[in-house]
Amino acid sequence: MSATNAYDAIIVGGGHNGLINAAYLARAGLRTVVLERRHLVGGAAVTEEIFPGFKYSVASYVVSLLRPEIIRDLQLARHGLEILPLESTVTPLPNGDYLGRWADHDQTRRDLYRHSPKDAEAYDDFATLMYRLAWAVKPLLGIVPPDPLSPGLRDLKTLLMLGRHARGLDEQQFHALFKLGTMSAADYLDEWFESDPLKATMSASGIIGTFLGPRSPGTAYVLLHHYMGEIDGVFRAWGFARGGNGMVSESIASSARSHGAEIRTGATVERVLTANGRATGVVLEDGEELRAKTVVSGIDPKRTFLGLLDPEELPDDLVEAIRRFRIRGSSGKVNLSLSAAPEFSCLPGGGPHLRGAFSISPSMDYLERAYDDAKYGGFSRRPYMDIVIPSMIDPGMAPPGRHVMSIFVQYAAFDIEGGWDDAKREAFGDAVVDTLSEYVPNLKDSILHRQVLTPLDMQEELGLTEGNIFHGELTPQQLFFFRPSPAWADYRTPVRGFYQCGSGTHPGGGVCGASGRLAALEILRDLRRRPRGPRPGHQP
Amino acid sequence: MPAPSVVRGTPFHERTGPLCQAGNWRRWAGHLSASSYEPTHEHEYQAIRSACALIDVSPLHKYRLSGPGAAALANRVVTRDVDRQEIGRVYYTPWCDAAGKVRDDGTLHRLGASDFRLTSAEPTLKWLHENARGLDVEIEEETEQVAALALQGPRSRELLRRITDGDVAGLPYFRVMSARIAGIAAEISRTGYTGDLGYEIWVGAADAIPLWDALTEAGGPFGLAPAGMLALDMARLEAGLLLVDVDFIPAHRAIIEDRKSSPYELGLGWTVSLEASNFVGRAALRAERARPPAWRFRGIVLDWESLEAAYATVGLPPQLPGTTLRDSVPLYAGGRQVGYATSRGWSPTLKTYLGLAHLEAASAAVGTELEIEVTVEHRRRRARATVAKTPFFDPERKRATP
Repeated sequence: MSATNAYDAIIVGGGHNGLINAAYLARAGLRTVVLERRHLVGGAAVTEEIFPGFKYSVASYVVSLLRPEIIRDLQLARHGLEILPLESTVTPLPNGDYLGRWADHDQTRRDLYRHSPKDAEAYDDFATLMYRLAWAVKPLLGIVPPDPLSPGLRDLKTLLMLGRHARGLDEQQFHALFKLGTMSAADYLDEWFESDPLKATMSASGIIGTFLGPRSPGTAYVLLHHYMGEIDGVFRAWGFARGGNGMVSESIASSARSHGAEIRTGATVERVLTANGRATGVVLEDGEELRAKTVVSGIDPKRTFLGLLDPEELPDDLVEAIRRFRIRGSSGKVNLSLSAAPEFSCLPGGGPHLRGAFSISPSMDYLERAYDDAKYGGFSRRPYMDIVIPSMIDPGMAPPGRHVMSIFVQYAAFDIEGGWDDAKREAFGDAVVDTLSEYVPNLKDSILHRQVLTPLDMQEELGLTEGNIFHGELTPQQLFFFRPSPAWADYRTPVRGFYQCGSGTHPGGGVCGASGRLAALEILRDLRRRPRGPRPGHQP
Repeated sequence: MPAPSVVRGTPFHERTGPLCQAGNWRRWAGHLSASSYEPTHEHEYQAIRSACALIDVSPLHKYRLSGPGAAALANRVVTRDVDRQEIGRVYYTPWCDAAGKVRDDGTLHRLGASDFRLTSAEPTLKWLHENARGLDVEIEEETEQVAALALQGPRSRELLRRITDGDVAGLPYFRVMSARIAGIAAEISRTGYTGDLGYEIWVGAADAIPLWDALTEAGGPFGLAPAGMLALDMARLEAGLLLVDVDFIPAHRAIIEDRKSSPYELGLGWTVSLEASNFVGRAALRAERARPPAWRFRGIVLDWESLEAAYATVGLPPQLPGTTLRDSVPLYAGGRQVGYATSRGWSPTLKTYLGLAHLEAASAAVGTELEIEVTVEHRRRRARATVAKTPFFDPERKRATP
């Protein structure tokens, strides 16, 4: 064993959470290495030039939830993270009309008013409530989930804090929180609005990343999850990372390196090495061994517990809980290189709307039917789509005058009947392009290149089990002290020195990064290290 | 289909657009609204106080309540007793949420036994519908369909009677009548936001331009001038009138409880009729009535000598604001902060530096000596101020009927 293979901490998986974890550990003075299977870091947040001159945010494509304290602590702005505004969402409708929500309040009100005068007002009431709720619930994003059944002193303190916090909620907030935790997005939105396209488009944020339809209970929570983002202090603001979402990962990697972390790509971890119930290092696919007393997994809970470890090393109830952990893939991704700007028939020509998102969600029935197709082992013939054209605001993403279009598609079952193959992948891509062409007549003629990712592709290429973008569905029974499993929601595992820091831990996915950071803070606590590293002149 | 315009002109824009030499527009409820028409607004303010001024108030939200349940709905919503409102009477009124906190304020015009017009600063359609359950009432939003002009100032009566067929001269304060102005069917109410003699004229949007032309054509001899929001803001401060989002936050937009106010805390206790039928928030206000409110809304008058002294420390005369200032500044009594002033400005008519303030009840008695923060050349100082009654400016002509 050479000294160069000995580290203080090894991070398995160079997704954004793994990188954040490494950056915090390195910042605290630990000799840290990140091991990434692919040729580039970022996991699902990567920018790749698959077709020359055109850059795709291959999987993850927008930013909002990335915690501001991470941007501050890791100085991501200095390391290349620039966030450009994503200002509007337009829902094209089959009748040639559209419903738009814009950066400007008056413009949004006017547009909603066309569809329903009452909804135009309800929308403001809803936004006020969600703002207050997000503000009330946000502290949860920054705390380690306590164990309510066998609480330690710190768990008790956290529970007490939560109890006090809950008492601060008023009646309206408390009722709303309970409803959001239990209801379907469709039912919850029915209580507020009457315009079908508005309800459908809003419910879409409740179903993203989840193998559930808008009428399935539990989907209302994700509505709130999406309100918890902020950019520059503005809640619920969304943006593009300049250079694609890979720049989120690159900026974190750059920050981690500046603190001394080593990042190795093309390094596939086979398993975690243990001795006497303690982690001692990892062994790579090629047999190379690396040693460290701290090993952190940024990959999903299934792979962390059932892949990197031998289930024999774990308590049966944990193994069972992880086996039951819902991680069903539900979405696919289509990236297009276009020879010309898309023309939406509802809003022909250029205009600021092209800098925003387009949601193919004309009605609640449309979304539920899209789910029906997938529920019985297929993909949606007419899918829900969330579309952005990053080159409209970030011209560096495509050659001059050309464009890249990112299409998030739902639903596609992971365990599709007969299994995914090339023909099914192309049929899935065709369903997407055909559906979108109904709203964008010049689409087909301008496609230069098409990349289609099925849930299976996301598993095989990006390492997301079953292609689930959140490392496990964000439904209430898989949140907070249940994420990924009761008693093991504090980033630790039954193997001492082995930790989890991926999106499968609290608070979950969406390029939020809190998992990576909170896990690092727990590790440093266990190691009795200062998060900010040794003081000047102090030798650890 | 083009994207919806962010802002649009009012029905008068064809006329007001070219008149706005200042190019100084602001937004009011999604509409373009002139801050001033002339390059400076002083003359527009003087027109309100010494001649007459024409102010486009079309962006106000307007709702028509009609049908057998109209009075019951109005009674459910507003704090005043609608049963006692005669036909042709206008009420200024706030309305509250169930906790008795003010959502908005506006005017309720009783145009018929079962026919009301409600004006509001905030969109109120949903609130009206929510409170109309079980009532046989039609609620129609007429914000875009009805154009509104305020004709305000001491000469406004003389001008209006020249071109009106009705007895506008005999129209008492806070009454409304139907009449024709140069042949155009209109409702004329003796209301306004200036605290002066004045009227508000309500016509169908299609009649907006002929109305404007008739008034401006006849208005020359009476010194009529179009006036913008800067002039109006000065006049309403002198009149001690509240401005939404400046002097109070609508309860349903408040993120935190402290931002909400009850009518009693806004000096609107006189509008609350606890004996009236069961309006939203009545139980809470009844409970609040039983104990004195913690906060009061009052006028304040800045002391000239102490203002002069504060500026003298840097060798300057007092710098007076030419417009109404809308940033909140702290107020102190006995070295402790006891409130904050939400509107401040110099009154050219009263030659006084005025403000509207939220004060803890213990420091809210008229005549109480306070200190107000003033920033003099980048440094925070304090000047003396005294709690005063509003309205500061209250001419007899405002209410008088000859």
